Amino acid sequence: MKISKNPFELAPAINNSRNLILEQVMPLLYGVILAAAVWILWRGHHAPGGGFIGGLTALAATAAQAIVFGVPSALRRMPLGPMPLAVTGVALALCSGLPATWFGHPYLTHLWFDVPLGFTQLPLSTVLLFDIGVFCAVWGTLSGYIFALLRGSDATSPGEQS
Amino acid sequence: MSLILALAIALTVAAGVYLALSRDLFRCIVGLAVLGSAVNLVVFAAGRFGPIQPPIVSAGAEKLAEHAANPLPQALVLTAIVISFALLCFSLVLGARLRQQSGSDDSNQLRNAEPLPADPVKPPVLD
Amino acid sequence: MLILLPLLIPLATALLTALLYRQVMGRRVVSLFGAGCFLVCAILLLIDVERVGRLSVALGSWPLPYGIEFAADRLSAALVLISAVLGVAVLWHQTSAADPAPETPLLHPLIHGLLAAVSAAFLTADLFNLYVWFELMLIAALGLLVHGGEPRQLEAAFKYLALNMVGTLLFLAAVAFIYGATGQLNFTALSAAARRPELAAALPVYVTLLVLAFLLKAGAFPLFAWLPASYHTLPAPVLALFGGLLTKVGVYALLRLLGQVFDAAPDLLFEGLGWLALLTMLTGGLGAVYHWDLRRILAFHIVSQIGYLLLGIALASAAGAAATLFFTLHNILAKANLFLIAGLIWALAGHYDLRRIGGLYLARPGLALLFLVVAFSLVGAPPSSGFWSKFLLVRETFVQEHYVWGGVALAVSLLTLYSMVKIWLEAFWKPHPEGPDSVVSVANLAPAYAAALLLAVLTLAMGFMPEPWVRYVEAASYGFMDSQQAAL
Repeated sequence: MKISKNPFELAPAINNSRNLILEQVMPLLYGVILAAAVWILWRGHHAPGGGFIGGLTALAATAAQAIVFGVPSALRRMPLGPMPLAVTGVALALCSGLPATWFGHPYLTHLWFDVPLGFTQLPLSTVLLFDIGVFCAVWGTLSGYIFALLRGSDATSPGEQS
Repeated sequence: MSLILALAIALTVAAGVYLALSRDLFRCIVGLAVLGSAVNLVVFAAGRFGPIQPPIVSAGAEKLAEHAANPLPQALVLTAIVISFALLCFSLVLGARLRQQSGSDDSNQLRNAEPLPADPVKPPVLD
Repeated sequence: MLILLPLLIPLATALLTALLYRQVMGRRVVSLFGAGCFLVCAILLLIDVERVGRLSVALGSWPLPYGIEFAADRLSAALVLISAVLGVAVLWHQTSAADPAPETPLLHPLIHGLLAAVSAAFLTADLFNLYVWFELMLIAALGLLVHGGEPRQLEAAFKYLALNMVGTLLFLAAVAFIYGATGQLNFTALSAAARRPELAAALPVYVTLLVLAFLLKAGAFPLFAWLPASYHTLPAPVLALFGGLLTKVGVYALLRLLGQVFDAAPDLLFEGLGWLALLTMLTGGLGAVYHWDLRRILAFHIVSQIGYLLLGIALASAAGAAATLFFTLHNILAKANLFLIAGLIWALAGHYDLRRIGGLYLARPGLALLFLVVAFSLVGAPPSSGFWSKFLLVRETFVQEHYVWGGVALAVSLLTLYSMVKIWLEAFWKPHPEGPDSVVSVANLAPAYAAALLLAVLTLAMGFMPEPWVRYVEAASYGFMDSQQAAL
């Protein structure tokens, strides 16, 4: 059997063989990766992290799901779907700058609030809204690309048959 | 330091140009991406190097420390990286689709948009 | 705030139409409504600029030159308005049956994203911000190229992508070098910094790099290969948008940067630009002569006309800049209109290739007249908008005693005339190769006719009443040429 050196042909090779281990681990892994993504997003307030990296991490979950179980399964586990998610994200990020204009600050000046929870203070801000927007935009856009790549490489991946 | 960086950029540009000139679609895409990284390094270098602090205003201070790095080129590079990342994703999908639809990733074989003329004088009819 | 609206309205429309991904009619209505609002804002902006001279806003209340500045002078306002007019015409044309783009959920968001990027590029006063808008334009343009999904379009998109990426990288590298040398990105601050004597040796090299990037984006002589290789795969309305706007943004950037920001660039640069402009005119015209596909002929003529626009910039005078601006306004209208008319020809006669069509003069005399008006305007026959544009341009070459430049500019008009006569003879005059009944009647062409008519009326207005337009472009060019004289 001829092994193609062409990188564009790698994708079908992955799809034609079942990955038993991945198939077993994936349902659990999906949630873990997504939780990690949200943690990175949250951490971005004061430490390295943030919406962009978080979005990429979430994308890793979607991409793995799509590779193992096929694109439709990954689509089902995503909120909204690639394009609406991306657009909602962009809209959210753009709107997060608006509250500042209400208080007379320039657009995108970010506001911080401390929500008292009794035992601790929960710091919230419009930056978080912005970051969630970026998170959704990155997740949505790039998963669109991933789906296009996987769909293009092989129409009948094992996950889609089952 | 500057010399090493200049040499590194030169090497990256050379590798990028060499790959981008390839007729193979995937190599061409990778070449452009490598070239993009070289240019990002140039932007980064525009902010100067040296023994400098991260550009963060420390608590209680009003402005940056004396030897703080210039934050602007870093912001510019970040923007450029995000944009080139989006373009790279796009071009990879495009390359894969092209290969799948045309059955070839040799750019000489991709002749759908501009077919070779059969007639010595007149261009072919595009259907 | 008004100055940001021409950018915010198309962006908001793009988002809204993207959210309406399930309703085709809803997308169309929102899209047209958004284009209408964009047009109204562009008109208001023009009126305001005419009253005040220059509007400017620095984002986030940062002091200049640190904040990202958006500024509208007469040059920007006119170009934003003409883009808005084109946007309305194109979206109107899209609702007809004359080779419309497939109504995928991404079509309208991409078109409005493109409009937003174009008008923001016209309005920004910051070099790096300009780069960002150029990139956004590239992404939207690529999306529009591939969204039909045919192999031919994918191929065209790849060529477009690969060559434009090189231009983009040159642009970014030049921005980095210029920032490294001057420490500024704002146009006004750059213009002052560029006069520092210690930069006299290095800066011209960086500026040349920048010019090279814009020449690629504009489709000038040795760097235009991407344009005729990709444009002919597009459906008519999108093609009109591309042909009308995209290359002109590159020309605008050159005009702004060489006319206002780096006007102290060495004469050699302008001299070289002049000769490149001549070669661009000539090669574009000759390329068009070879082709028989309407879209390819017209695509090569885009290149040819870019030559004229560059010639005005190369003259490095206020009169030259005025000529370039007038020519740009005329060319956006006429060129886009010819693509819209090509869409009509395709719908009626069934093909874009001139060898497969004919008989339109007998079947559709109205369309023939429409084509004739626009084609003669493109050629530059008096009294049309093209005549006045070429008159302003060639007069300035003669005033500056560049007789060869003026002479070639006039001679290339003959090549344009040849192409237009070829289209006229083949598409309109000769009988249809498949018999006289082959010109079919197509339902729902009225919006396409209306859009073409709208642009044709504006072209005619430019031709028969050139005075207010000329006064405007002269005020515009003297405006930004004087502002830097005052800064000296």
